[in-house]
Amino acid sequence: MPDAAVALRSPLERLALPAGDRFALAETPPAARFVFRGGEAARAACSAAFGAELPARLGLGGERERRAALWLGPDEWLLIAEGADSASLGAEIEAALVSAPHSLVDVSHRQIGLLVSGPVAARALSAGCPLDLHLSAFPVGMATRTIFDKAEIALWRRGATAFHVEVWRSFAPYLVAALAEAARGAPEG
Amino acid sequence: MLLIPCPYCGMERPELEFRNGGEAHISRPLDPSAVSDADWAEYLYFRSNPKGVMAERWRHVSGCGRFFNVLRDTVSDKFLAVYRAGEPRPPIGAEGSSA
Repeated sequence: MPDAAVALRSPLERLALPAGDRFALAETPPAARFVFRGGEAARAACSAAFGAELPARLGLGGERERRAALWLGPDEWLLIAEGADSASLGAEIEAALVSAPHSLVDVSHRQIGLLVSGPVAARALSAGCPLDLHLSAFPVGMATRTIFDKAEIALWRRGATAFHVEVWRSFAPYLVAALAEAARGAPEG
Repeated sequence: MLLIPCPYCGMERPELEFRNGGEAHISRPLDPSAVSDADWAEYLYFRSNPKGVMAERWRHVSGCGRFFNVLRDTVSDKFLAVYRAGEPRPPIGAEGSSA
């Protein structure tokens, strides 16, 4: 369990993040994060308790207001609740799932969200991520776990030129540096 | 880069997201103490290593995280079929049909 007495500190606080119309990086607002695993019954119950639909297949991420559920595997989802308190939200979900076997792990302090935006965002990500990020292959709303060079990331497309990247804290400075470097030489379009 | 169709994701994904898990369809003897040393060694250490079609386990480790099985031609490195863990090995010769 996260210790409430320890102040949350961003792994990016001393870094200068690229900004501008062409390419920008920004940390997403603080959020409660969970990795949820379970069968079909647990998925339905968790969708109701969490407030956003846990998608049944790879493809569209379930999103409602400031809550998002991303498909990671056939029985595994990443739940992101912006601005929520992880302890109380976790207890809420657990309460709704007493009869459904499942696993709910609080990973709020394990990873951060990074918003990668601008016309060269996809190009910069492609420097390290082997997926096809063209809009036809990776449409808006699609989310998946993948890799960026040696760092495991969860990639979620929020718009034609905007991506939400979930990355483990210790990999975040590396990812920021690699993306900034890649964006510097990336052609637009 | 090799594109591997993941049966759980339902799409082709780049090779870098996967790990090879060795030969598939090797089952552990149900009662190890009743198995002779030679048979136990056979189970533990000996693999078919064919030149041609081989059934292998792969794990989509940086994706959905699931193990699944494939039929791969070790000569051409071509994936002939992919199927979920627990499903029987499809008949060989169905080149490109179930991938």
